[in-house]
Amino acid sequence: MKNRYFFIIIVLFFFFFIVLFKGLKNPNVYIPELQKEKNLSRFDASDFYSNTKTSSLDILNDNNFYLINIWASWCLPCREEHDYLIKLKEQNLIKLIGINYKDNFKNAKKFLNEMGNPYSKILKDKNGTVSIQLGAYGVPETFIIDKNKKIIKKIIGPIDKKIYNEILLIIK
Amino acid sequence: MKIIKFLPIIFLYFSLFSSFSNEKNSQLENKIFKNLRCIICQGQSIYDSQSDFAESMKLVVKQKLDSGMSEEEIYIFFKDQYGEWISYDPEFNAKTYFLWGLPVLIFLLGGAIILRKLAVLKN
Amino acid sequence: MIFNYIGNYSLIISVIISLTIFFLSISNLQKINIKKKINLNKLNFFQFFFVLVSFFSLVVLFVLSEFSNITVFNNSHTTKPLFYKISGTWGNHEGSLLLWLLILTLSLFIYFLSSKSRPIKERLLTLIFQEVIIIGFLIFIIKTSNPFNQIFPIPKEGLGLNPILQDPILAIHPPVLYLGYVSTSIIFSSSLASLVQGNVNNLWAKHIKKWIFASWIFLTIGILLGSIWAYYELGWGGFWFWDPVENISLMPWLSLTALLHCILVLEKRSLLSSWTIILSISTFTLSVCGTFLVRSGILNSVHTFANDPERGLFILIFLFILVFLSLVIYFLFEKNLKTNNNKFNLLTKESSILINNWFIMYFLSVILIGTIYPIFLEVLSDQKISVGPPFFNKLLIPFLIPFLIFMSIGPNLNWIKNKIFENKIQLIIFFILNLILSFFIIKIFGRITLTFTILLAASFYLFYITFKDLIKKDYKNISQAISHFGFSLLILSILMNSILSKEIIANLKVGEEIKFMESTIKFKKVENSSRSNFKSLVGFFEINNKDDKKFLFKPEIRIYNQPQVITSEADIKTNFFKDKFFVINLVKGENYFNIRYQEKPLMIWIWLSTILIAIGGSVSFFKRYEK
Repeated sequence: MKNRYFFIIIVLFFFFFIVLFKGLKNPNVYIPELQKEKNLSRFDASDFYSNTKTSSLDILNDNNFYLINIWASWCLPCREEHDYLIKLKEQNLIKLIGINYKDNFKNAKKFLNEMGNPYSKILKDKNGTVSIQLGAYGVPETFIIDKNKKIIKKIIGPIDKKIYNEILLIIK
Repeated sequence: MKIIKFLPIIFLYFSLFSSFSNEKNSQLENKIFKNLRCIICQGQSIYDSQSDFAESMKLVVKQKLDSGMSEEEIYIFFKDQYGEWISYDPEFNAKTYFLWGLPVLIFLLGGAIILRKLAVLKN
Repeated sequence: MIFNYIGNYSLIISVIISLTIFFLSISNLQKINIKKKINLNKLNFFQFFFVLVSFFSLVVLFVLSEFSNITVFNNSHTTKPLFYKISGTWGNHEGSLLLWLLILTLSLFIYFLSSKSRPIKERLLTLIFQEVIIIGFLIFIIKTSNPFNQIFPIPKEGLGLNPILQDPILAIHPPVLYLGYVSTSIIFSSSLASLVQGNVNNLWAKHIKKWIFASWIFLTIGILLGSIWAYYELGWGGFWFWDPVENISLMPWLSLTALLHCILVLEKRSLLSSWTIILSISTFTLSVCGTFLVRSGILNSVHTFANDPERGLFILIFLFILVFLSLVIYFLFEKNLKTNNNKFNLLTKESSILINNWFIMYFLSVILIGTIYPIFLEVLSDQKISVGPPFFNKLLIPFLIPFLIFMSIGPNLNWIKNKIFENKIQLIIFFILNLILSFFIIKIFGRITLTFTILLAASFYLFYITFKDLIKKDYKNISQAISHFGFSLLILSILMNSILSKEIIANLKVGEEIKFMESTIKFKKVENSSRSNFKSLVGFFEINNKDDKKFLFKPEIRIYNQPQVITSEADIKTNFFKDKFFVINLVKGENYFNIRYQEKPLMIWIWLSTILIAIGGSVSFFKRYEK
């Protein structure tokens, strides 16, 4: 009887050790990555230039791939990824929609003038609520939406060469 | 004395039904704030966090409440967007049977051991 | 800088001394030689002395802002006030471990001096176990977190101490908490030693009791300090967040509280010896486990600590060696525990203490499982969940009610045999009180749930009983009466506080005002000022009551420069009935402030009652010396 208890405790003991040992290697910061494809939930926002209210249903109306990119002029990584966005636009395979996150209108316009404007439509997100509807938590963040209006890819952080190629593979 | 034994059961029973009390909107808001975890300051609820992101999340909660969504629906919305991690109140499902069940199991087991010990000592 | 070398070499010397003590004790154990005993006393002192020298070297390095030392460079700054330069010594990983080690060697030194009444074999064994722990920590410090590493070229300025740690309470919180944690190591070693020797009896209980009380008092005060700090510095009026780091400090406390009750039974009646041993082992294990969970960064907590997986790995291995050794020792020598055949009836103090332990173990398991479950789930199924306050409330509150009721009945039972005790009247009064309370509370605060009502009634009942004990009882059990009364007051204050708290959150510009309950809050102005290590924005708010009384609140926002951190300093007005808590927050890119005003009843009683609990323990601690 006693030996059996001891045995059980020893097994538990090593189980605990292994789990904690593995747990040490996991990062302890949570990143809300896309677990599986999901439907794009409807969101409302006002237009960057005209300030008129529109809804996601009106904007994503074509049978097309869409890329929703959250950006801000004060965000440095956004500048890094901007060239890739322009290149993507030049492919003419995907429509780019920008969401201007917690930004100043003047600075944002200056940013577009300097770096070019890859977006076919820009929405304003003054208080950060629009991006939360999408499931983003910072800038830059990018969502790829397929023809069935499903989010198939979520990119947290700037787009780099590798991710750019991945996107090309998806939309071709 | 007998009633004491049944108290936990009675309270469990009532605590299930007690959540239906009518709370004022701001109290409900705060309750939801306290149950949602901030992604920027990951150790805090959005109620306690002072980060920009938490402020935006609070706004979204308010908008959702105004648009007539219930507390439960708001949690579901956020879990859908950001994963189950966002809620401080773990669901009761296959993943969390042990989380919810193990303490109660330990309680029952402990009770059995103590009762046996008492019985042994009494004789 | 010379102090880098002094500190470093004293650490190495202490390793040598520790090893010497370790081997001397083993050889002494084999052929008991009374003369060598004196030798060990001196060695213990030198071991402590060299760690002390090393610790002081670090303090001096901090005071002189000697940035050639990496620890000082990472955690200090020349503009920091002297007080925080000193407290910065243990405000970081390396320094806090050195403090831990200092207390470890100090407590061993005190133990060896004060345990002359015990058999020499038991003392030597305790010494051996304790040296294993000390050597483990010494190697840990030297290998993975040496506080005396140097950098070259020497930086001109340090990186500064996180401003939320620059606080008088937080300066004394770690030492007090560590005194509690670390003295549990003596309990651990001594219980293993007496187990091996077959000495687990009432005499040993009498001897180790003062260690248990001492560490329990320090832990209680330590947790209290942390909670007070969180109240005014971290939180928006909260004082307990069920944050992993807080849970970790609570777990050894719970285990120690159960042990405290067991040791009383062991002392009086020579019962529950295996409980005592297991709890002694678990208390210290939980302390080290806490160090592991906090220092390894495996958990995600609001309390930011620098962390490093390599350190985590070391503590993990060390922790498991400790647990493994103690398990083996327990199973090998368990037969040494004399099973006492003293009978006791169901309605006696012994059984009520068993029930007490049962509940405390349950609370402990809820907290332990809730804290580490996310780690397990992530490792086993790669899914991340959060376990927060709702979980703990749901599993703890329903069980708290019977616990409170048992707690009011248990201490009034006698040892050994039960009289038919005269609490029929009390029970009736309890029910009346219960009914009246339920009625009033539901009437006044409609949102209150039945669980809360009955919980409140149960704590009122406990309050009433313990208060009666406090004034009625002779001096025999005064310490228990004080502690239990304090505990009932604590539960009652927490409950009343959470039920009756009122708050408003709003965005206000200067000049605007807002209604709250029957008063108005007016935002009068903002004042800027500048200090050596931060800039400050003070908001002036005036609250007009309906009877035209005016209160001025001056909450502050501090923008620290080294490192750049913004903190909110609440303005709290405290009286015996309630705290008024005012805090403001900057909103990026907007011209308004986010304000939060709370009225929190009985807040101060949460702190006072905890102090009362500790005072009860101290009475018992000092009583021994009077005899």
